[in-house]
Amino acid sequence: MSGADGSPYAPHTDAETAAMLDAVGVADEEALFDIPDAIAFDEEFGIDARSERDIRTECSRLFGRNDDLTEFLGRGHYGHYVPSVVDHLSDRAEFLTSYTQYQPEISQGFLQALFEYQSILVELTGLDVANCSMYDAATALGEAATLADRVRSTSGDVVLVPEQLREGKRAVLENYCAGAGLTVESYPMDDGNADVDALAERADADVVMVYAENPTVRGCIEERLAAIGEVADDADALFTLGSDVVSLAVLQEPASVGADVVVGEAGALGLPTAYGMGLGIFACSDDFIRQVPGRLVGASEDARGDRAFTLTLQTREQHIRKERATSNICTNQAWVALRAAIHAATLGPDGLVDLANDCVREAADLAERIDDVVGATAPVHDRHHVREFAVRVDQPAAAVAADLEAEGFAVHMIGEHLLQVCVTDLNAERADDLVAAIEEVI
Amino acid sequence: MIHDQARYTREDEAVHEPLLSEKTEETVDVSDASPLPDDLTRESLTLPAPSEPEVARHYTRLSQMNWAIDSGPYPLGSCTMKYNPKFTEDVAADPNAAVHPDRSGRSVQGILELQYRLQEFLGDIGGMDAVTLQPPAGAAGELTGILVAKAYHEHHGNDRSEVVIPASAHGTNFATAATAGYDVVELPSGEDGRVDVEALEAAVGDDTAALMLTNPNTVGLFERDITEIADIVHDAGGLLYYDGANLNALLGRGRPGDMGFDVMHYNVHKTFATPHGGGGPGAGPVGVVDELAEFLPTPRVRKTEGNGGYERFEPENTIGKVHGFAGNWLVLIKAYAYIARLGDEGLADAAAKAVLNANYLAERIDLDVPYGPFHHEFAATAGDRDAADVAKRMLDFGVHPPTTKWPEMVPEAMLTEPTEIEGKSSLDDLAEAFNLAYADTDEALSTSPNRTAAGRIDQVGAARSPRLSWQALEEE
Repeated sequence: MSGADGSPYAPHTDAETAAMLDAVGVADEEALFDIPDAIAFDEEFGIDARSERDIRTECSRLFGRNDDLTEFLGRGHYGHYVPSVVDHLSDRAEFLTSYTQYQPEISQGFLQALFEYQSILVELTGLDVANCSMYDAATALGEAATLADRVRSTSGDVVLVPEQLREGKRAVLENYCAGAGLTVESYPMDDGNADVDALAERADADVVMVYAENPTVRGCIEERLAAIGEVADDADALFTLGSDVVSLAVLQEPASVGADVVVGEAGALGLPTAYGMGLGIFACSDDFIRQVPGRLVGASEDARGDRAFTLTLQTREQHIRKERATSNICTNQAWVALRAAIHAATLGPDGLVDLANDCVREAADLAERIDDVVGATAPVHDRHHVREFAVRVDQPAAAVAADLEAEGFAVHMIGEHLLQVCVTDLNAERADDLVAAIEEVI
Repeated sequence: MIHDQARYTREDEAVHEPLLSEKTEETVDVSDASPLPDDLTRESLTLPAPSEPEVARHYTRLSQMNWAIDSGPYPLGSCTMKYNPKFTEDVAADPNAAVHPDRSGRSVQGILELQYRLQEFLGDIGGMDAVTLQPPAGAAGELTGILVAKAYHEHHGNDRSEVVIPASAHGTNFATAATAGYDVVELPSGEDGRVDVEALEAAVGDDTAALMLTNPNTVGLFERDITEIADIVHDAGGLLYYDGANLNALLGRGRPGDMGFDVMHYNVHKTFATPHGGGGPGAGPVGVVDELAEFLPTPRVRKTEGNGGYERFEPENTIGKVHGFAGNWLVLIKAYAYIARLGDEGLADAAAKAVLNANYLAERIDLDVPYGPFHHEFAATAGDRDAADVAKRMLDFGVHPPTTKWPEMVPEAMLTEPTEIEGKSSLDDLAEAFNLAYADTDEALSTSPNRTAAGRIDQVGAARSPRLSWQALEEE
């Protein structure tokens, strides 16, 4: 230990410190800092060092101050039960405390795990290539727009997105688009699905990308995906489809409806609800392989002739290509991708399909029961749903949501008379209680 | 003896672990199983279907083929690979912290309070007035900071199109500026490895939106002229951006805010020891001076008037969002716990020991270090040896090598950052690995590594004919 007040994670004894200072030829550590006096910091932050136990106690007490609500929340961030094996394997220090795999010969384990993750996404999307990860669905969408801008043969600067889109996702997209000189415009919806005729009318030569979601932000399954793909194609625009890793197990394969790029959220596997921390999917066709943002793991051979894995096509990336890189991303969500892969492996295709089907059934069941409540209509849109759906209430939605919170339930307020409810394996057992609470407060 | 420390020996066991898809694969007929009409579903899904014991063995085996900070030294320059204290994992695993981001502010007071406290910690450490926790990584922090700078200029009616960046800067700086829509003006390094003030004066002007700078820079040198540099940039109407990758050298010793920086990002997975997870998740909070606070991403967190609570609010001229929700929340919890554990003295000691370790290691190795006096990292030169080969040989001696061939201002660079977590004996071993590899025969270097799970990997072949999934391998 480097004295009582030093960092508990610096192992130097006083004698070692003295020997090292001697070897370097200075009297003390201060002498090693080349910071002019005028700007050196010689005050204190006033942060008191505390024991592990203190900090654990304090944080536990802090988090305990969050209200204990049963959440029926989704809109892009989902919790499913994460099997214990995911925690125990991903928490192995060889994974958790490793760095980016710049020396592949001693990083084969993580590289193979990421290669397998990419492969799972290739199967789910039907596309040729999936990267190791983006930060989340919103930033992946932003990257898709800039890719569209780079690969599209003709000029144009419009990205078309559905009118019903998570506000935060659109705000992130706007930031990526602004830098690339692109503008974001919405196309109208028709009863929870894209209004394909209106979209076709708008999709002209100015459009570089058409974005649609399946399921939509309101949980609706899109019924005319192939038609949306054709509209994009006719306008020589990229068709980017947003989805999530669970829904993809049962919904139409993106490649089969003409999707060029798939973005979305894979944190529905491997992560609990984590205040929005996620895992961005980015998959695309081979045509854009050298334009993909982020990291890619590829198979190769080593000097012994054995199969081995390595980060590849790195000339796309910022550390090589600098301002001409396909993205500025460096650190991404590798460990979350590992967790999602372990979770997917544990479920197997059967388990994954069952989970997705349950999300469809539970949503339909709950909507039906809420619809029986006088003063509530559900689902608002006459569509099939995954996990979530909109609810129309006669009373002001904000008041209903607040009353439900007082009863111990969290739901979304999405319009003056609109709520949104999300049901998964984690809260389905409380669905009856939610219906009773809705009856009570309406 | 260091030779005995090699972790992965060929004799140990077969190193090949089959792909999950090579072990077990099942196809599910989705249209049969789904309650949905057939035209809304996929036909089938084919994925591995291992048992839980098989899953456990597969990933355990993979983990055994992976170096980590808990395996041994990881002195990658500019990466600050510190030991990740275990207790922070337990703090972040609290189920009460794992809530949905769309919860009302009044129902997540505990989260808002911890966010507020972490903002305060970071503001104090960086000398910044306002902090956002939203950016999910360092590069995302850079983009946030540059977008804030852009919004500031636009708000004041300034039309500026350029960002000035030293040649020795991290690649992310250049890519970030381009992502934000700026042209990059590259600033050549001065003779002494620092910013050439005269070159800077020539480079900045009415078009300069910002200068992006790392301090200490990427060869560990403190930009002693930083006050003058700040004046030059500010006089031209530009802003000064601090890339926080090397903040570990400054903890408790110097603050970007006191040096004239207007905006900065923090890499919590570097400076504040949150685990790197094989390439994320990290977090890249951004700090700004008062004049820029109104442009920060939304929402921010503040104390409510009077009742001791906390609330979210939207800054007046916010740039909007840089992450769909609130960033990498679980990572931020760990950063808070780490800072609270160290406190003032611990943070200052971390910087002191990081700088002492770098200087001691540089003293012990036989390679030249062209620039100095350096702080937490140094760029040694392998001279007439190939730095990448020396690095590969180091793998055989039971350590992770430094960053190689970068920055370009040092020929055959080996950029080395031991951090504060290595003790004297560990540094002695690291120096020995350096020296043995550096002095080895050409043949030994070019045929290394030999004691790793894989031998030297064909990178060129991997890029020439990309095979990026097991589906691609099955097609062959």
